[in-house]
Amino acid sequence: MSDLSPARAKPTCFQELILTLQDYWAGQGCLILQPFDMEMGAGTFHTATTLRALGPKPWYAAYVQPSRRPKDGRYGENPNRLQHYYQFQAILKPSPPDILERYLGSLDAIGIDTGLHDIRFVEDDWESPTLGAWGLGWEVWCDGMEITQFTYFQQVGGIEVDLVAGEITYGLERLAMYLFDKKTVYELPYNAASSEVPLTYGDVFLQNEQEQSAYNFEHADTDMLFRHFADAEKECARLVEKRLPLPAYEQCIKASHAFNLLDARGVISVTERQSFILRVRDLAKACCQAWLATQVKAA
Amino acid sequence: MAELLLELLSEEIPARMQARAADDLKRLICDGLKAAGLDFIDARAFATPRRLALVVDGLPVAREDVRDERRGPRVGAPDQAIQGFLKGAGLASLDQAEKRDTGKGEFWFAVLTKKGGPTADALTGIIDVAMKALSWPKSMKWGSGTLMWVRPLQSVVALFDGKVLAGEIVPGGAMKPIAFGDATRGHRFLSKGELKVSGFADYAAKLRAAHVVLDPAERKKIILDGASSLCSEAQVTLKADEGLLDEVAGLVEWPVPLLGTIDAGFMDVPPEVLIVSMKTHQRYFATTKKDGMLANRFVVVANNVARDCGKVITGGNERVLRARLSDAKFFWDQDRKVRLEDRLPALKDIVFHARLGTQAERVGRIAKLAAEIAGHVPGAERGPVEQAALLCKADLVTGMVGEFPELQGIIGRYYALSEELPMAVAEAIGDHYAPAGPNDRCPSAPVSIAVALADKLDALVSFWSIGEKPTGSRDPFALRRAALGVIRIVVENKIRLPLRNFFKADDLMAFFAERLKVQMREKGVRHDVVDAVFALGNEDDLVRLLARVEALQSFLGSEAGKNLLTAYGRAANIVRAEEKKDKTLGVKIAGGPDPTLFEQDEEHSLLETLRLLKHTKYIEEENFVAAMDSLSLLRVPVDAFFDKVTVNVTDKPELRLNRLKLLNQIRATMDSVADFSKIEG
Repeated sequence: MSDLSPARAKPTCFQELILTLQDYWAGQGCLILQPFDMEMGAGTFHTATTLRALGPKPWYAAYVQPSRRPKDGRYGENPNRLQHYYQFQAILKPSPPDILERYLGSLDAIGIDTGLHDIRFVEDDWESPTLGAWGLGWEVWCDGMEITQFTYFQQVGGIEVDLVAGEITYGLERLAMYLFDKKTVYELPYNAASSEVPLTYGDVFLQNEQEQSAYNFEHADTDMLFRHFADAEKECARLVEKRLPLPAYEQCIKASHAFNLLDARGVISVTERQSFILRVRDLAKACCQAWLATQVKAA
Repeated sequence: MAELLLELLSEEIPARMQARAADDLKRLICDGLKAAGLDFIDARAFATPRRLALVVDGLPVAREDVRDERRGPRVGAPDQAIQGFLKGAGLASLDQAEKRDTGKGEFWFAVLTKKGGPTADALTGIIDVAMKALSWPKSMKWGSGTLMWVRPLQSVVALFDGKVLAGEIVPGGAMKPIAFGDATRGHRFLSKGELKVSGFADYAAKLRAAHVVLDPAERKKIILDGASSLCSEAQVTLKADEGLLDEVAGLVEWPVPLLGTIDAGFMDVPPEVLIVSMKTHQRYFATTKKDGMLANRFVVVANNVARDCGKVITGGNERVLRARLSDAKFFWDQDRKVRLEDRLPALKDIVFHARLGTQAERVGRIAKLAAEIAGHVPGAERGPVEQAALLCKADLVTGMVGEFPELQGIIGRYYALSEELPMAVAEAIGDHYAPAGPNDRCPSAPVSIAVALADKLDALVSFWSIGEKPTGSRDPFALRRAALGVIRIVVENKIRLPLRNFFKADDLMAFFAERLKVQMREKGVRHDVVDAVFALGNEDDLVRLLARVEALQSFLGSEAGKNLLTAYGRAANIVRAEEKKDKTLGVKIAGGPDPTLFEQDEEHSLLETLRLLKHTKYIEEENFVAAMDSLSLLRVPVDAFFDKVTVNVTDKPELRLNRLKLLNQIRATMDSVADFSKIEG
């Protein structure tokens, strides 16, 4: 644990939670990256995880990723379900032997005192059908609430990994609601109460949840989305041919998000659903293979 | 005498895998010890969320050399035999074997000496082999390594006779080997640093001091005792749940039961919902009041001794439960605003199976079937049966079942009750998935019976029609369970249901017969008795079939039955022996015997008895006990016949054939009640 940054005071608001986690994981040797600038369902889709998990090169990184799950929209009326929320993700490849201790250190940093709380590692096998990825790990519970998903990647894009990455994903809103004792996400203090312009999470995002829910469920142009899906699929395959895995993968992400929107609009039947997932998976696999080829060559 | 202590410390092992892994570790090490000729007195294995531990007592400190001789083929035997012998004995060539004269000729012998020596030398290899052979339901690699284990392995304690065994586990890649040692760790949060141990007693004591209770049985007791005393203080009773207790004991190294409270506002939500929320999602124990109703307290088992005696932990868990139950309460309140009937159109959007259409189509089929079945179920009125069948899947599109799929049916029942639908209809909706297994309750109300049967028969017939039949271990649509469910409902309620009317495929009837046979065998019915009745074929009324089996079983247990079986055996053996000599005999003796050819009284009296038998009438009346009893009248004349009459008279072929006809008639008569040829002695 080199490069320790000066201890920060315990977070009191949403943004301090993010800053604290960034400081902490920077202190653990992680690159602090910025969010991937495209719509995606989870931090795992960021190239810093999906692609970097493959190949022989070590990789330590951490970042916040806005995550979009169109189907989870509730027009801002559900206290803890959002169609747009934030994940904080740390990925350590190869997973160091003390990775769990390091993770527990992050809980201490954000103010979860293990002398007062009950932290449990409950079996949870993770699988992403669209990424052709799976791993073993746990949900981490704090006093019965899931605060983190912890996964040792075994396969990504259908390819067995060379070095196992430990992936640590915090659902930031949920964690913040617990830390700051709020019953609804919209009451979370976004910045410190002492700020010049103190705002809540609701001040920042409630309107977005309302409008985006209406878009996801009512107004998204499905013909256009089907077209976008088909275009992205075609473009992805073409770019894989050209051995350009990074641009190809962006098209895969586009297809995946178009599918999620179509799914939320309820225009994909149960049987079709499976075939769409398989189509995205095929793209992801092709991108991962193309990426891996560049990594092995470089190594 | 010396002790082996082995501990494999890892990151958290899934609760459901711990007991099996501890058993496997013990078995594998013990097998290794036995194979190495190492006797021991006792072996015990333990598991906690972070460790597997094994102690073996009473091992010798050293072993003698063991000599083992193997006899091979005869000297000069074909090369193939020689090579096989050499390979089996692990010899490179015959130069390493000995020739010996055994008195029956010269044979090759392999003399193998297993070197003895210090036991410690053998143990490392035994542990290595056992760890490689131990298979987890799911395992993984970590870091840069290639070793597979359930979760990353952290350290290995391997002590023999108080000394560390030389050995290491190699995770592979760039990772450092994990050397066998004498140090472990205590509780993740309640202990710091390493614990050096010298043997099992020291290990168990130091772990306890470091807040780890090694023995799962003891952890269970601590949980039960602690939970019970919390409950009695609060004047509630712990709802026993062995499965949950096992799981919770596998989630904690230092169990600390705490009592939490459910907000009163949630107590009008159905208790099944509260229990599922608490148990499956949160691993909490439910409690009951004096009147047996669910109480508003729950027990959560923490893995930590908190500075504030668990106030924060309890509060946190209450809050999580509140969030979960808020969802449940929301669904409970919202769902009841829409009648079940008004939910039916939504079933058109749910695919039951790609080739079998939607849930709406399935409901249509179930309703049709249920109405037909109702005609065979006394007391099942068509109106309520059809209503219940139509509504039985409506809860699939409620918010509550979306959130708690395991409560399908149960939720439909509650919603039907709150709509004030007839009780029988509500009960049938709640019952129609039952029985889910051999120990589940079986529907007994008439309307429930009709709908529950229709649900299962539709699944069976439909999947059969698209060729989705269970094979070997593959039964993705749980059709075996459906068939066993039909059997239980029909048999336990004595429903006279001609199954063939509902089946379009013969092999579906055969599938049922097979399930029924398995079930009867499990209940201890003699398999030959089952076979004797099934061999009659063509029976699709399970109640009648079972009555016949029971009558036959008890008949064969009686003196009369045993004797008659002997007589049957004699008659059948003679006919069979003659049939072997003359392939056309079967046709020749098919008709009845001709009394005018009889020469002896015994022939007349036997035929007379056969004619007077009333077994056919009894069978029609389904009085199988009487049918069997009537057969016992045959015994005296049959015995007399065999005493006095020679069947195979050599000089009178017509007489011989006539007597064989008589014997054949005995066989045919008895076989009309059951195929006695299947009965073993």
